[in-house]
Amino acid sequence: MKGWLFHLAVLGVLAVLAVILPAYHANNLARVLVLAVFATGYNLAFGYTGMLSLGHALFFGAGMFGAALPVTLWGWGGLPVLGTGMLAGGVVAAAVGVLALRTKGVSFMIVTLMFAQAGYLTLIYCNAVTGGDQGLVLPGAARQVLGLDLTQDGSRLWLALGIYAAALAGALGLVGSRFGRVMLAMRENEERSRMLGYDPYTVKLKVLVISGLYAGLAGAAYGVFFGYAGAGFATVQYSILPMLYSLLGGAGTALGPLIGAAVMFWLIDFASGLTNAYLMLVGVVLIVVVLFAPRGILGYVRERWLPWLP
Amino acid sequence: MKTTLTGIAPSRRAVLTGMGAGLIAGSAGLVRPVWAQAAPLKLGFQLHATGIGASYGRWYQRTADAALKKINEAGGIGGRPVEIVYEDDGTDPARGAEVVDKLNSQHGCDLIFGTLFSHVVMGSAPRAGELKVPYLVCSEGYHVASGALNRWTLQPGITDVRSQISSMAPWVAGNLGKKVTMFFPDYAFGYDHRDFFTKAIEAQGGQVVAQIAIPPTETSYTRYFAQIPAETEVLYHVMVGPGVLTFVKELGEFYGSGAKPQLFGFIDSLEAVDTATPGLEFLEGSHFWEAHPRVKPADAGAAEGDYRAAVGVDDNGASVADAKDVATYSHMFSAWETLHFIKQTVEASGYAGVADRQKLVEAMEAVTDLPYGIERPQGAKVFNGKTHQAFGSQNISKVEGGKLVKVHTTTIDEGKYDDGVDYTTMSF
Repeated sequence: MKGWLFHLAVLGVLAVLAVILPAYHANNLARVLVLAVFATGYNLAFGYTGMLSLGHALFFGAGMFGAALPVTLWGWGGLPVLGTGMLAGGVVAAAVGVLALRTKGVSFMIVTLMFAQAGYLTLIYCNAVTGGDQGLVLPGAARQVLGLDLTQDGSRLWLALGIYAAALAGALGLVGSRFGRVMLAMRENEERSRMLGYDPYTVKLKVLVISGLYAGLAGAAYGVFFGYAGAGFATVQYSILPMLYSLLGGAGTALGPLIGAAVMFWLIDFASGLTNAYLMLVGVVLIVVVLFAPRGILGYVRERWLPWLP
Repeated sequence: MKTTLTGIAPSRRAVLTGMGAGLIAGSAGLVRPVWAQAAPLKLGFQLHATGIGASYGRWYQRTADAALKKINEAGGIGGRPVEIVYEDDGTDPARGAEVVDKLNSQHGCDLIFGTLFSHVVMGSAPRAGELKVPYLVCSEGYHVASGALNRWTLQPGITDVRSQISSMAPWVAGNLGKKVTMFFPDYAFGYDHRDFFTKAIEAQGGQVVAQIAIPPTETSYTRYFAQIPAETEVLYHVMVGPGVLTFVKELGEFYGSGAKPQLFGFIDSLEAVDTATPGLEFLEGSHFWEAHPRVKPADAGAAEGDYRAAVGVDDNGASVADAKDVATYSHMFSAWETLHFIKQTVEASGYAGVADRQKLVEAMEAVTDLPYGIERPQGAKVFNGKTHQAFGSQNISKVEGGKLVKVHTTTIDEGKYDDGVDYTTMSF
């Protein structure tokens, strides 16, 4: 109960921020929340189950184009394309997982990276449909969800907050469940879990599909919220980003991905105003965090002050 | 972020002179500096300072700074000093949209310009439309004139790639040959060339005998050369990126000293690259499209010398400070010309602040002729307010002694095509 109240309070703080932040940062908060949904899903696979994937850009890209293509090909819009995007992320994750989960550790990382790269090149090659490297602009008419006009900053931010709240609740529910404990068992000692009667392949495939659904929803939301779908969102960078968000915020903590996404986003925004070598500055910060808080920001907080944090 | 107010910073002598004059006249309340009353016109520049477009971004910034200095020294825009706020977009569409946000909402820019890479334009234009901020791109892409964007996005400073390609075809067919094999990168930029040139050469009675798409991850090209049909008279190549040097070198090795087709390429492959670079010898005698000839032509217009001096480029197209620092000369004029277009339309519309943005776009759409002069050193242009696209003449240059020598200039009409959209009928 303490954990749920804490997370409700965090959502309350986000709602207050949505009201009081100036326009520029309010819109950035919408971006951060969508990226946090992506990273929360990644964290289920990586932070809680121990699967180090570099294939999540593919799931994110599948979600983005799973939403964008029904818009451009058939004129769909609104809620249905968020659904198709989410589904696309899950289906692609299942297809990748069936094959990639025959490996583990570094091999799993490399195989998922290869799938993601193949997916990126497929988007480029199918230029006539996907817009290739230039991508697709989504018309305003397709960006209406549940009566909310997503070309407007306010609507976009509140829907982003709603989606993040649902994603966070889903993650909390999952990791607090019996299945969540099996996930942790897989992360801690896969062989012992197998000896206890759990099938690692099945458990990890289920988690990867759930993680893919999160990535698909985030990709679809990013496309629909900001009106653009591009192959650039399926590059390896978008596999590394959720991993960095999780590591920075605290892998294996429910709020860590949000904190990591927010810190990284605003750090880049701030540092890019100081120097063109802003990624170097970001790198230095990451090294400092790894050295002094190897479990990430929230991992450090949990270790020292709030041991009950999920 | 870097803010530039070039041309406003006074010299010590000017300050002392001004102080003396101010003590005499200002104390009597007769004269006040005009700029003491006028807030600067703030222009946001979406800069490719890092990422794949960095070599372009460096020169775009220099060019925009030079234009800014000239404009401010001549009294600014509408009597207001002008300021450019640069923000790096990392040549990334996601960051591009964030930069549009930042320039508009955080820096309070009156409008935004300068974007080159097409995918960044595509990612950023929707946000510009939502914010209702004029967004003037310098990207060459056909995406503006195709109708893919919105009423707030215009391309007044450079001809789009469809027009460029179409205007090349008559000269290629008439001077190099009619049976063409095309090499192009296997993504959207290459497909524009494939589709538009194929149609244009067919209209000239020519034929594309082979279309060879090169995957973007390719690092060696020799195996593709075997696909070149023997009947090929012209090899059309638009390879870009670091692989272009290897492409040219391997092509040279493939043909050796034997007979070879004529080569025709787009200078995009070699922007910021010295054509005399070892390994590029095979390009000797070949032809390139250039929007703005890198090497100053013998028949250059009156404005050419002044423009080169202003942007710090010598007659060979390199920095006057460093002959090895070759400019992205064929594209960077678009930053200069776009800034002058802004000056012209801000003054014509009586733009006073962000509440006048719609009026400003309407004034832009009303522009038709953009005559040659120091404001447009690349050449005269015609602006189509319906498609938000400028059309200008193009140039063909031949590599002679490792240098590009201009041999032909097209007419503006050769690059015209039917309108694909009428933005003026769209709502703001």
